[in-house]
Amino acid sequence: MMTATAPPEVVDESFIAVRGLSKAFGGQALYASFDLDLPKGKLTTIFGPNGCGKSTLINMMSGLIDFDAGSVEIGGQDFRAARIGYVFQNYRDSLFPWCSALENIEYPLKLRGISRSVQRFRVEALLAQFEITLDLNRPIYELSGGQQQLVAILRALVANPEVLFLDEPFSALDYEMTLYIRDKLQTVFMETGLTTVLVSHDLEEAVYLADRILLLSKRPTRIVELISYETPRPRTTDIMSDPQFVAVKAHALELFRREMQR
Amino acid sequence: MSATDILIDGKPRGYAKIAVPSATTLLPLVGPVVFILAWWLISASHVVRAVLLPSPLATFAYLGDALVHGTMLADTIVTLTRTLEAFAIGAVLGVPVGVAFGSNERLYRSIEFLVDFFRSMPASALIPLFILFFGITDINKVAIAAFSVFLIVTFNSAYGVMNAKKSRILAAKVMGATPFQIFRDVLLLESLPQTFVGLRNGISTSLVIVVVAEMFIGADQGLGHRIIEGEQILHVTDMYASIVVAGIVGYLLNVLFMVADKRLIHWNGK
Repeated sequence: MMTATAPPEVVDESFIAVRGLSKAFGGQALYASFDLDLPKGKLTTIFGPNGCGKSTLINMMSGLIDFDAGSVEIGGQDFRAARIGYVFQNYRDSLFPWCSALENIEYPLKLRGISRSVQRFRVEALLAQFEITLDLNRPIYELSGGQQQLVAILRALVANPEVLFLDEPFSALDYEMTLYIRDKLQTVFMETGLTTVLVSHDLEEAVYLADRILLLSKRPTRIVELISYETPRPRTTDIMSDPQFVAVKAHALELFRREMQR
Repeated sequence: MSATDILIDGKPRGYAKIAVPSATTLLPLVGPVVFILAWWLISASHVVRAVLLPSPLATFAYLGDALVHGTMLADTIVTLTRTLEAFAIGAVLGVPVGVAFGSNERLYRSIEFLVDFFRSMPASALIPLFILFFGITDINKVAIAAFSVFLIVTFNSAYGVMNAKKSRILAAKVMGATPFQIFRDVLLLESLPQTFVGLRNGISTSLVIVVVAEMFIGADQGLGHRIIEGEQILHVTDMYASIVVAGIVGYLLNVLFMVADKRLIHWNGK
């Protein structure tokens, strides 16, 4: 029954290629000769048991954490040469509180030595593109949590990244804000077609947002399955009762349960 | 506190309330009024001999006169100038040194004991040593205070940098910041709140050391000199008046730094 409704595994052209990745913490292997291929222009969510290293994986792919062995290539070149956008779980600790919202968003452009007027223009264009209104000149800490995370997302987007990584970007937000930012993220994705990798601790959310759901095992971590979910966008919460959504989620949950019992 | 809050909360300041002060706003005055009342009672009851404790009224009247007609203002300016000179020297040297040590944790660990040792040592214990080196000069008083300020500021700046939020450093790194850009745009600003704690402690310490130095390193001007002379020639009214002025100077410096802190480090605690 399950196998009948489960979608077939898809073969994508690889954009992010992880080869032989190894990482140990305190002598315990978290990743050992780990291989992974993620497609271009798709939104991949990463889901798996606690402590399987979901965040560690994107942190290694984005260069935030060193790994012991292996390679990560993005668009055919070493990840260190790639333009990466990264959204942290905790906006409070990753945005710059001494800056206004505008200065926070502009920062990656400032690092590249782009002139102030062009910076400003680029930010305005970004806000207009995603229909976001923000009081840009206010100190960042005066904005709501959701707005701050939105600033963090815009900051990650402003320098035209090749990949966008998000580490549980909704976990510090209340439910209302989560829904809003999720929608905005979907808009961003539809508008840009940016290769996106998002770590999630919520299976429903992971399926709802994803083109591909990367299901990971307990440590030492391997890929349980890279599940495909191709329901067209824009998706609304209505699709959560759609048979295909339910089937994919049930399939993922089944795999997850089986993984937990091993 | 509330006075400085009004300055920073960003609301229009033009609409100051024009109303009879309520009982709550008068609360901060209770302490000083009770204090002066107690002072007056003790001096009026002659529990303490009048030659040791003049009445508050006599003291403040004398103070007013000394400020306008006497040398009190000149002495205050001398002490304040020395305090600010010492502070400026200590801070200008201490902040960069602290930030440099703080951004290299191994370097800081290797001098940590030394900084902690001198920071814990009473600076007054070094006065004779400074006399040997600098003689009984004006420079001496400033030098020893500057030394103390330098230690406090260095220590706090170093810790400010070391305790910078790792995630902000990572955020800058993933956005492609060079080590220098991380230092300039993240570490330096992250260290500012702690650096300001150091500066505030530094200015208080500077005043303390300058006044002590003026007492014991043969000065002919300054509040410290005035206080010790008032004691020695039993001109107690002058001594009390000078103590009050020293207290006011210390208080005002502290308020100044608190306001500057709130305005400059507006994000602190947010």
